[in-house]
Amino acid sequence: MIAIVDYQAGNLASVQKAFYHLGFESVITADPEMIVRASKIVIPGVGHFDATAALSGSLQQAIVSAIHRQIPLLGICLGMQWMFESSQEAPSLRGLGLFGGVCEKFPTKVKSPHVGWNQLQACASSRLLRQVPENCFVYFTHSYRVPVVDATVAGCEYGGNFSAAVERENCFGVQFHPEKSGNPGLQLLRNFCEL
Amino acid sequence: MLTKRIIACLDVHAERVVKGVQFSDLQDTGDPAELALSHGRAGADEVVLLDISATYENRSTLLNVVRRTARELFIPFTVGGGIRSLDDAAAVFDAGADKITVNSAALADPALITRIAQRYGSQAAIVAIDAFRIGNGQATSFGVRATGGRHLTGRDALEWAAEAELRGAGEILLTSIDRDGTRVGFDCELTRAASCAINIPVIASGGAGAAEHFVDVFQTGHADAALAASIFHLGVTPIGALKQELLTAGIPVRWPC
Repeated sequence: MIAIVDYQAGNLASVQKAFYHLGFESVITADPEMIVRASKIVIPGVGHFDATAALSGSLQQAIVSAIHRQIPLLGICLGMQWMFESSQEAPSLRGLGLFGGVCEKFPTKVKSPHVGWNQLQACASSRLLRQVPENCFVYFTHSYRVPVVDATVAGCEYGGNFSAAVERENCFGVQFHPEKSGNPGLQLLRNFCEL
Repeated sequence: MLTKRIIACLDVHAERVVKGVQFSDLQDTGDPAELALSHGRAGADEVVLLDISATYENRSTLLNVVRRTARELFIPFTVGGGIRSLDDAAAVFDAGADKITVNSAALADPALITRIAQRYGSQAAIVAIDAFRIGNGQATSFGVRATGGRHLTGRDALEWAAEAELRGAGEILLTSIDRDGTRVGFDCELTRAASCAINIPVIASGGAGAAEHFVDVFQTGHADAALAASIFHLGVTPIGALKQELLTAGIPVRWPC
């Protein structure tokens, strides 16, 4: 069972709807027991980094325990940002620190939020992006971004290059919304389900 | 490169998609869920569903239509009409919307924008503005109407857009009441003025009739996205052909879709 972590940050149902469409069962839950037992974990979410405060404590423990057991973890948008060290959006909070780097605001020379379809620029081999067309367009909507790091497997250009997808062992993060990115996004989610 | 978005709008009345001219004279053009899916397949970058009767008839948005439309739609889906409170917004998000638009309710209670943005993020909070021209030439300004164009507000459209941004709006859906349903082209002057006045995306709406209107509103109007309804539903301007023309004009669009 795929556990979609409910921490009251935006629309979780659309992620579940995509899994259902692909024929995979998932459950939206805030129960650490369910997360510990899950075969895969998704941390979705949109909105302010403040919302990730709800992940600290027992939810975070359950997620960390799953990572140690090599359970695949996918962070989407704010969920991906939380996998980094911290965010300028809420400097007092800590992220999970799975990936090095701090989420930062877009430069003022471009409009923010970055909303719309932008191109992936693959820069390393990726299990998550298998059969996702190179340079395909995916849907972004975010005001903060994470820098390009060692684990970056695809970048994106908007007021400079940033990480669109990161991957290390069984930990994955995407800044865009695969559940809202048409066929390329559904392919990515299928890849995650089939890990 | 970030692409310019083409948005298909479903104006919904009594659970059917309708077409109006200058906000009246409604004709039936189809089922919302079916049209949303076919527009998505044809290359629409987003779908917007506006419950055009909700505010006037004082009833909540048609959540069943939203649920049914969202079910198989894997592109961004925005819903507006009749959202008066954070609870109304929550119900629409729960039914499957990714973003909501507020219009009249935000004019009456601008703090509503902030409440929605704090709960769901700015990217999910779109403020819709129905604007109209006052005067012409150098002296042109743009007013704002509420409740589906029925009531004057005394607001200036550009000032209201800037205030909405400050209060947490993530995008502005800017409709020209003068051009709505006329198919003579977007009001590029209005769109450009708003796009230069604020630092969040502007969606141009009202007046789309042909591909060159979209070229104009992106090049001259500096729109980030452009929305149209009946020309897509009735096949007057197929989205695929429109995107080809935009590419030819050097405007970045998502292609192939």
